[in-house]
Parts: sequence; C-alpha cells; structure tokens
Amino acid sequence: MAGIAKKQNTAFSDENLSGRTQQLYFNPTEEENYTYYGNVEVDFNKRTSIDCTDLEARTLNQKIRDVMKKGYGTVVIKNPGAKHSLGVGILNKLNVIFEGSLGYFGVGCIDGPTVRIKGRVGWSCAENMMAGKVLVENNAGSCFGAALRGGDLIVKGNAGARTGIDMKGGTILIGGNAGAFTGFMMQRGRIIVCGDVSANMGDSMYDGMIFVGGEVKSLGSDCVEGEMNEYEIRWLEQKLNNAEINSKTPVSKFKKYVSGKKLWNYDNLEPSERKGILG
Amino acid sequence: MAKAKKTTKTKKATKTKKVSKSFSLGVKGGGYKTVGGAKLKDKDIKSEREKSIGQHIGYRYDVNLIPDYKKLTPFLKTYIETMGWDDLNWLEDVHMGYEGDKPAVFDRNANGWITVPTKMKLPNGQQERDMLARELLIKFQMSSNHPLVALKKTYVKGDNFKLNE
Repeated sequence: MAGIAKKQNTAFSDENLSGRTQQLYFNPTEEENYTYYGNVEVDFNKRTSIDCTDLEARTLNQKIRDVMKKGYGTVVIKNPGAKHSLGVGILNKLNVIFEGSLGYFGVGCIDGPTVRIKGRVGWSCAENMMAGKVLVENNAGSCFGAALRGGDLIVKGNAGARTGIDMKGGTILIGGNAGAFTGFMMQRGRIIVCGDVSANMGDSMYDGMIFVGGEVKSLGSDCVEGEMNEYEIRWLEQKLNNAEINSKTPVSKFKKYVSGKKLWNYDNLEPSERKGILG
Repeated sequence: MAKAKKTTKTKKATKTKKVSKSFSLGVKGGGYKTVGGAKLKDKDIKSEREKSIGQHIGYRYDVNLIPDYKKLTPFLKTYIETMGWDDLNWLEDVHMGYEGDKPAVFDRNANGWITVPTKMKLPNGQQERDMLARELLIKFQMSSNHPLVALKKTYVKGDNFKLNE
C-alpha cells in the first residue's frame, strides 16, 4: 500500500496510503445522515403482511425486500412454519414481526432492522448480526447470536449451548437459563443471563462481560469474576426494561464475569515491526 | 498548490525513513519511543511483557466501558429515534481509541482506524470522547463518500444490494 495516493473523492481527507494502515482521516465538512447511503426510505407506520405457508425461504426473503422498496416499514410474516434462513441479510431499517417460530439461521447477517419473533428459534439465530434488535418471545436453540457483531439480541425464555460463541460485540439478553459453553471464545460484547448458566461459562473468552443473575455450574478456562460499577448497574436496569424482561434477581445481585487475560498470547513483533528491524 | 503538496509528501517520506533507521525496542535506553511507526510514551507501557516487546498488548482503552447515557448528544438521540431503537444499540461498542499516538475510531465497515483531525478539540473524559467518536463514525459511515459506497458500485452482485440512488 506504501506510496499509493488516493485519487477519488472519499469521506476522508486526501492522504498518502502508507505505514501501518490506510491512514484514513475524518473529513470535518461531511454532511449529516442517519441511514446508509443507498438504503431505501421506509415508513414504520406503513404496514403489510406476507403469508409464508407456501413460500420457500428465498422467495420470502425476496418478498420482504420488494415490500421494503415500496416503502413499507412494518412487515408481518404469517405462518413462518419454523422454516430455515428466514429474514436473512436485511441491511435496512425495518420492523419485522414473525407470527410463529423460525428454524435454523433465522434473521442472520442483518444490519439495522427491529425483529420480533412470536415463537421460538432454532440454531444460530441472528448469527453475524451487525446492528438492530431481535426479540424472541419463547426459547432459542444452540449458538444463539453466534459471531454477533453488534445490536441487541433478546430471548425471553431459555437459550441453548454455546450462546454468543465468538461474539465480537453487541448484547445478548436471556430471560431464562443458558446452556453450556455460553460466551465461548467471546472477544467483545456483553451477555446477560437472568437465570442459571450450565457448565464452562465463558470458556477461553478474550474480552467482553457476562452478567448472571442465577447460579453458574462451572466457569470455563480463563473466565473470572469481576466487580460491577455504577454505569453497569444503571445500564443493566435500562437494558432489561427495554427488553421487556422481569428478572427475579434484582440487578444489584447480578454477578459479573470477565476474561482473566491469562490466555492472551501475542507474537513478539508484528510483521511491520520485523520489517523495521531488518530494514 | 500542487507543488506545495509534493514537497510535503517528500518531507513525510524522509521522516518515515528516519523513523525506521532509529527503530529501537528501547530496552537499553528505556526510550520506547518509536515502535513500528507508533510513537509510544514510557508511561503507556506498563507490564513487564509490554516492556520486553516494546509495544502495547491489547487495547489502549477500556473496550468494556459502558456508555453513560447522560452524555448522549442531540445528534445521537436523533439517530436512535430514526432507527426506532431504545438505546445506542451497536454504537455501545464504539470507543475513541488510538492509531499510533493519534486519537482514532475503528470503522468496522472500512476495516481500519479513522484518525480524528488534529485541529479537532477533544473533551477530557473518555465517556465524552466516546460519544464524539460515535457521532463522527455515524456521519462518515452514512456518507455517500464512504469507501464502501465505491466498492458497492463496482462489485455488488444482484439487484437486492444495489444502491438506491
């Protein structure tokens, strides 16, 4: 990348691309927008419904996009029938209501929508979610919120094993209990469990926080108990209220778990530093 | 104008060269000044392991810092209302960090640190800085000049993900 000058006009000031990264700078004159450039404008008050009975996942997902392009901001999906991969890849602000259960990989890879699922969900619900809010009114299967990047993922009931595996941001809220290996290899973000958590919670977690209202069967490797501060207590109360979850345990009694950081191993020098020495 | 720019670039290139020549892990002199292009201060490097490798381990700010909603700016309030959310949502994970020794925000869509202009005055508290970082990031991610827009225009496949222009 060294020595390559940026020629096109971007949101960042004109800089030479060299050194450790691209050296991007904020442009102070940039105009203010609230949605991604090129997204469609939708009105939350404009409502429509789609019956999923005879539709395949691909057809339903296309129909959601079609109504979104027409400006509908609220889409009700009737009879989802626990089909897999429903509502995936929505990169727009939108209000989606599923009147039933979803199968595997429901509402994955989304960036922005608010989703309410009036049923349960199968494996890997909202995997790789970037932003938005997903609320599941019943229980969730394994790998709930796998590789979550951002946004709020809520299940009012219980969640299965490996909840929040490899998550890199965002918040997972569980009204009931969580399965084994919850927060496995999590790198960032927050998990809140109002009930109990099964064995090996937070195993090999690099960073992030897990808040538990009930009992933890056992902690995984390098997961240790931490202390809560005032921001966190206030934030927990607010999050649980927003998620419509009434926790039996008062927020002040929740326990916080973090990474012990004993598994942090880094190579002595980055490639660029090695090059610096040799050069 | 073009001539002046050229001179600046040449000066910058010379500076970089100097940096790599004076590259030092700082073990003997205790300098820890320039490591891999990043200028670090002695006080920033704390643990024994960091001293031995002459660089920071992990983040240089608290990634787990929960936002203080009392410090929410009007711009961010409007953003939350526009999206139909109750709180900062994904922005809770955005913090003001550093690119080398300069304040910067990580843009996950551009996969890089975006440096804050040196002329911009930064507030003292980390909570206030985080709110500023969130505001800056929204303004630039939603811009028509964001690098992703150019990438989408060039490489996007299918009608579903084409830009609505």
